[in-house]
Amino acid sequence: MANLPKNLADLQEEIEGHARSYGLDFFPVIFENLDYRGLNQVASYGGFPTRYPHWRFGMEYEYLSKSYSYGLSKIYEMVINNDPCYAYLLECNAVVDQKLVIAHVYAHCDFFKNNLAFSKTNRKMMDVMANHGTRIRRYMDAHGVEPVENFIDSCLSLENLIDPHSPFIVRERPKDLPGTEETRPVVRRMKSKSYMNDFVNPPEFVEARQKKLEEEAKRKKRFPESPQRDVLKFLVDNSPLDNWRRDVLSMVREEAYYYAPQAQTKIMNEGWATYWHSKLMTERLLTDAEVIDYADHHSGTLGGRSGRLNPYKLGVELYRNIEERWNKGRFGKEFDDCEDLVERARWDRKTGLGREKIFEVRRHCTDVTFIDNYLTEDFCREHKLFIYDFNPKTGMYQISDRDFKKVKQRLLFQLTNFGQPFIYVVDGNFRNKGELLLQHKYEGVELKHDYARETLRNIQRIWGRPVNLDTVVDEKTRRISFDGEEFEEKEVSDKVA
Amino acid sequence: MILRIEQDHNRFKQIIRGRIKKELKKYISSGELIGRRGKDYISIPLPQIRIPQFIYGPKQTGGVGQGEGALGTVLGAGEVEGGKQEAGNQPGEHLLEVDISLDELAEMLGEELELPAIRPKGRKNILSNRDRYTGISRYGPETLRHFKRTYKETLKRSISTGTYRPDHPILIPIRADKRFRSWKSAAMPQANAVILYMMDVSGSMGEEQKEIVRIESFWIDTWLRHHYKGVEIRYIIHDAEAREVDRETFYHTRESGGTVISAAYKLCSKIVDLEYPAEEWNIYCLHFSDGDNWSQGDTEECVNILKAQLLPRVNLFCYGQVESPYGTGQFLVDLKEAYGDDERVAVSKIENKDGIYQSIKDFLGRGR
Repeated sequence: MANLPKNLADLQEEIEGHARSYGLDFFPVIFENLDYRGLNQVASYGGFPTRYPHWRFGMEYEYLSKSYSYGLSKIYEMVINNDPCYAYLLECNAVVDQKLVIAHVYAHCDFFKNNLAFSKTNRKMMDVMANHGTRIRRYMDAHGVEPVENFIDSCLSLENLIDPHSPFIVRERPKDLPGTEETRPVVRRMKSKSYMNDFVNPPEFVEARQKKLEEEAKRKKRFPESPQRDVLKFLVDNSPLDNWRRDVLSMVREEAYYYAPQAQTKIMNEGWATYWHSKLMTERLLTDAEVIDYADHHSGTLGGRSGRLNPYKLGVELYRNIEERWNKGRFGKEFDDCEDLVERARWDRKTGLGREKIFEVRRHCTDVTFIDNYLTEDFCREHKLFIYDFNPKTGMYQISDRDFKKVKQRLLFQLTNFGQPFIYVVDGNFRNKGELLLQHKYEGVELKHDYARETLRNIQRIWGRPVNLDTVVDEKTRRISFDGEEFEEKEVSDKVA
Repeated sequence: MILRIEQDHNRFKQIIRGRIKKELKKYISSGELIGRRGKDYISIPLPQIRIPQFIYGPKQTGGVGQGEGALGTVLGAGEVEGGKQEAGNQPGEHLLEVDISLDELAEMLGEELELPAIRPKGRKNILSNRDRYTGISRYGPETLRHFKRTYKETLKRSISTGTYRPDHPILIPIRADKRFRSWKSAAMPQANAVILYMMDVSGSMGEEQKEIVRIESFWIDTWLRHHYKGVEIRYIIHDAEAREVDRETFYHTRESGGTVISAAYKLCSKIVDLEYPAEEWNIYCLHFSDGDNWSQGDTEECVNILKAQLLPRVNLFCYGQVESPYGTGQFLVDLKEAYGDDERVAVSKIENKDGIYQSIKDFLGRGR
């Protein structure tokens, strides 16, 4: 553990004080100073130096080190959602950069601690990841590197099939709760006088019938009871796997859940950190000599290729916009109803609620609700947002619309479920043959077909029995099946909901 | 310090090269990073493996952007299904950069041709002494006096004997205080190698033949450099006479005249005698010719020189016969007859460029 050199440690203390005085509230932060190789390594491992061995981390490392050595991009900092928070700094950064980064880190840490999406994440993830590493290394020793790694590959193929909301919901009722037992089906009897009953409803017939009904009810009992979005959980619970495989699958799932809130709050989290580093730097920390460098690097963070949406920029601008609106009272019915643009532009009720409001927003929102609630038409126009689409005639991506509603809708669509399709387990005993039936909830965009097939292959490896996926291919409802050897695709009549 | 990530990184590279986990090969995409070198845009290859997941197809998804531009403004090219990602709106032409080091190349060569690693000859014999200053001693020449240690010793002595006066801190070392740097002689096994290229530049060797020699010698260089720290290379050309030349001349000279191979062997043997004692050097001799020697008598002389002078010293003597329309190719037959089963001699016939592959294998496949 390389602790910070004296000058940085002093800086850290100073910045921590400033951050607290603004009301930021964070876990203790442990900083480490790394050279670029060390930082690239940590970043490749998703922030955890003790993670299990896997080639994809090596792939990430190759990307990071090539971008670094060709001067294309470098990572300034890395911060881990954990209690205490771990943050890594790049040793060779100038002092002004370190100030910026430390301020940035404290804001991230405040966000981790206070945003509700993170409230269910494991704050001892450093330890959990190290345990996962140890366990997987042990499995590799016992079963060979290749089989374990191959199985991890299969699991990673399903990594996105989780339900990020599920940590907040108690989904399955405990089994033996009184009163939840299903009513036993009863054979209907013909009306009869009591002395005729044995003739109208012969007991042996009633009994046979009753037996049949019960069997049917049993078969009809759905499995899972309702479509399940947490496909990984379903597989962990119900696949015929060896112990080590089940363990690996559940580790992959646990890590996916840990990372999910970060993906859900990318714009908010980066925006929040950017908002605060700029506030702390410009109001408290900058010396005269550092202004130019700071401005240069700050604009580098917020800039980017023209035409692309930069989450840092969108985030920070939205926070500032919200702050201004709540400072000036530009909200509520009265303001919304005002149609005079001049008056709107001059609107200032001196409500001064801005700071309070953004703290509230950072607590309650995720990217989806952030955009949904606070992206206004004015903002969209001011920041020149547009949507672009693929034009099959030219083979190019072209700007297609600047209409506020469409922009917002597209943005929300991209953010919902991380811009990934919704896949449900609908039947774990399909055709009464133990096959698995998955369903893609079609929302106008089809799956990448070859990937879908390959993913299905990986699910089959885990499930063991044939697997099926109902989706839409070329605008027709299709069922893709894989039985372990061959793929089959058929049109199906029943609608994909 | 070796990082933990190196292991994963190597594994990734091996997958990309198709050495392990071949089932992942279909997921490899040849991405690139666009960088700049001076005015030029360069492409830095960045192969990626994307594990398949349920994701949206590329074409139907647009996105949200920010900036100026009327409706219909082109932002970039789309992904061509099954093809490579187009470079988009990047200006200029790409200079393709082969991001691979010679060492990696040699490794790939070795893997591809299944070449055995070279066993440098007589490792035990080839020793050189290297002095390393590792310790401190009480005796030594003044030039090696360790000032700081000596000073410390003096200070210690003067404090313990009570002669030290902080207000007048003058220290005078006596003999017993002095400390000197001392060294250890370590015998370092040394693996130096010299490659002697000989080429026939008589009239019958054309441009195409020389090209073959160039390519082949490049690969042999690469392989040998991979195994030895210091590789020296000498070039000899010959027709009826032999002379030593530099690299440039070696590959580009075209002379006319007859072919007396023994001249080259004599010169080669002389160079080895004078400059490369066999106890210290791994010696590789490679001779390329079209195999049309002046006379049978000269061929006999060649065989004699080889036997008496060259072969006892070299690790490997290679003869590559490049096919040419004029040569008879008799020399190869004669050499084979004389040394068919001597493992220090490798002969190979290179009919055309495709033959290089097999020829490299013939030469280097012995692990010498």
